Amino acid sequence: MEILLNKPGQKIILLGNEAIVRGALEAGVQFVSTYPGTPASEIGDTFFRIAKKVGVYFEYSTNEKVALEAGIGASFSGLKTLVAMKDFGLNVCLDALGPFVYTGSRGPTVIVVADDPSCYSSAQWEESTRGLALVVRIPTLEPSDPQECKDFTKLAFQISEKFKIPVMIRTTTRVAHQRAPVKLSNIQHPRAKKVNFLLPPSLSLGRLIKGEFVKDPKRFVTLPPRVLEMKSELLAKIEKIQQFSEKSEINKATIGQEQFLTNSKIGIITAGVPYLYVMEALKELNLSLPVLKLGFFYPLPEKKIQNFIKNLKKVLVVEELEPHLEKEIGRLAKDANCKLEVAGKKLIPEVGELKPEIVTSAIATFTNTKYKIQNTRYKIQAPKRFPQLCPGCPYWLVFSAIKKAVDTKEVVFGGDIGCYMLFGTPAMNIQDYLSCMGSSIGIAHGIKKATKQKLITFIGDSTFFHAGIPALINTVFNKSNPLIIILNNQTTAMTGLQPHPGAPAGYPQSGCDGIKIEEMVRACGVKNLKILDQINQKEFIEAVKEFLNKKEVSVIIARRPCIWIKK
Amino acid sequence: MDKKVNQFNMIIVGTGGQGQITLLQILAEAAFLEGKEIKTSELHGLSQRGGSVEVHIRFGKEIYSPLISQEKADLILGLEMQEALRAYSFASPKTTFLVNKEIVPIPLVKNLTGEEVLKNLKKISKNVILVPAADICQKELGNRVVAGIYLISLASFKNLIPLKPTSILKAIKKIIPEKYLELNLKTFDLAKIKSSQS
Repeated sequence: MEILLNKPGQKIILLGNEAIVRGALEAGVQFVSTYPGTPASEIGDTFFRIAKKVGVYFEYSTNEKVALEAGIGASFSGLKTLVAMKDFGLNVCLDALGPFVYTGSRGPTVIVVADDPSCYSSAQWEESTRGLALVVRIPTLEPSDPQECKDFTKLAFQISEKFKIPVMIRTTTRVAHQRAPVKLSNIQHPRAKKVNFLLPPSLSLGRLIKGEFVKDPKRFVTLPPRVLEMKSELLAKIEKIQQFSEKSEINKATIGQEQFLTNSKIGIITAGVPYLYVMEALKELNLSLPVLKLGFFYPLPEKKIQNFIKNLKKVLVVEELEPHLEKEIGRLAKDANCKLEVAGKKLIPEVGELKPEIVTSAIATFTNTKYKIQNTRYKIQAPKRFPQLCPGCPYWLVFSAIKKAVDTKEVVFGGDIGCYMLFGTPAMNIQDYLSCMGSSIGIAHGIKKATKQKLITFIGDSTFFHAGIPALINTVFNKSNPLIIILNNQTTAMTGLQPHPGAPAGYPQSGCDGIKIEEMVRACGVKNLKILDQINQKEFIEAVKEFLNKKEVSVIIARRPCIWIKK
Repeated sequence: MDKKVNQFNMIIVGTGGQGQITLLQILAEAAFLEGKEIKTSELHGLSQRGGSVEVHIRFGKEIYSPLISQEKADLILGLEMQEALRAYSFASPKTTFLVNKEIVPIPLVKNLTGEEVLKNLKKISKNVILVPAADICQKELGNRVVAGIYLISLASFKNLIPLKPTSILKAIKKIIPEKYLELNLKTFDLAKIKSSQS
């Protein structure tokens, strides 16, 4: 486990996500929770492997909201806490995040959120969580490479400790899944009372550190009218953090490798992975322009930005997805330099991730420099290769049974988040809607209420635990009759085989004795329930046919483990 | 390696499960052993399930972006022929294509034949090297999956990658789990023998 190497000054190659883990270890993290989701998964998976060895508490929680709430509890009890999730996870836990920013953290707390521009591993929508960071006013840092992933995570813990507020690290796929050499510092042992008290991480300590919840209702209870005082306190805190941001070295103006000392009339402002594309572009175009790289997304170092733009004629803002920085810089220019031309989304696409040639092309246009990509002239096409279920995947058997049981044109098929999203690929084509975690059942209820059509939904077991249960209860409570097929492969397969609450005891990654889905379904009041192994095709086909004609909601639990589970 | 900018850009393409990320890790470690700057990029999750998988490896001096720009690849290693062609936008006439002579069929569509792929690749670059790596590995070692290890080793012996074979060997020993190491070392040796024969 090279990630635990305790040789300060030495460099090792780390994935962005691993570098975040290393940063947390160097900061002395004590409590970690997560729900797996690409491109954030390796943060949790790495902690899962090393937690016991280094004496850190780690859990895969039932969903991101529960993960954050667990983290809030740990923070209230004084522990140094990290919570990790993918972009959509932040939506799920937003309800808990808002109040947490008000109460603030007691134990320093860092929330890592990984966005996925271009939606490589994200159905649903192309989300930028920067917008949510602004809504709840959580201080947010944006690293661009693995070294910064480590350094910014440590800095985030320091900011959280200093200002008693949770701090967010926002990465994207190309940061989280970027590898590069990272310079190590000392790992701080979680049991260390004093900073810099070190223990070799090879020492297995077994016993975890315990915090203490000290009653302080004024601090932890967001009951009106106190809640409005809390908001005022937050705004005052943010002002102080902004002053910190003004002085922070992670917001840095440079020209090439030199400090920004130039009379150039053209400048570039950027952040995150686009910074790397900007530097690549300047090299490619042989340009020497001042570049302001922002490590802080919120609060922005407004004076530093105004200082950067005050003598410029025009500035290009290079950012992915929504133009948050561009809007802020436009606003700041009104005071600092009202004639400044602020360009951004007119040259940089708002849809899809940025790529080096896109940024190079934008900078070339912006500076009237020649740049042309030649090989667009080749008329070359290779047939598209869709992802597909693994050979031997138990979901193939569900698919083949459905094809035999019903006329697929006559039935509406609901999809949900997991490997079975691939039911929507052209080869299978039994997915008529797909939205967010757990929504297959919620939307099914609405369709059943609104139409007379027959409907089958698919939902994986981890997704069912995550967000499917309230929707199932709603079908019973408000009486609709979809057929729900719970695909019980006993793991969270798509994100890398993480355990979930239903993973049976004895599985290497099981956290408990395995909560039985059938008991939960029955307890919700579902009368039509069958637990089947889809290898028995005839039985499965008959069950689908029978249940599709029921007046009340029906559930089939298709129980057959993922082929990759190693018992 | 581009002498002027002193950097090497390599893309590995194939279908999910052909081991692109492992190959990326080996090459990154090998470059690291030689004291070079490194940046890589890869994709995980849904994108890995049997679809097209493309990873980027860059090393040398002054490496910022983890992604390679269009037309800037020095070497495109194709573990499958149609996937090699799909990466054409990263190629220029200076690019070398090192391609495993294998077609993994895509269901329900008209697939390209090996000849069609080759003809198209040659439109872009004359440096197309087709190696029946999976067949060689199957015949000599009884395993097709190590074709990627065979090809990066071969590329090193034939100076298609500016990394020493000894660095590749050390990196293989570091990255490959104990259980599969012997097979991978045999693959490296096989590439060594074959590279001296042709």
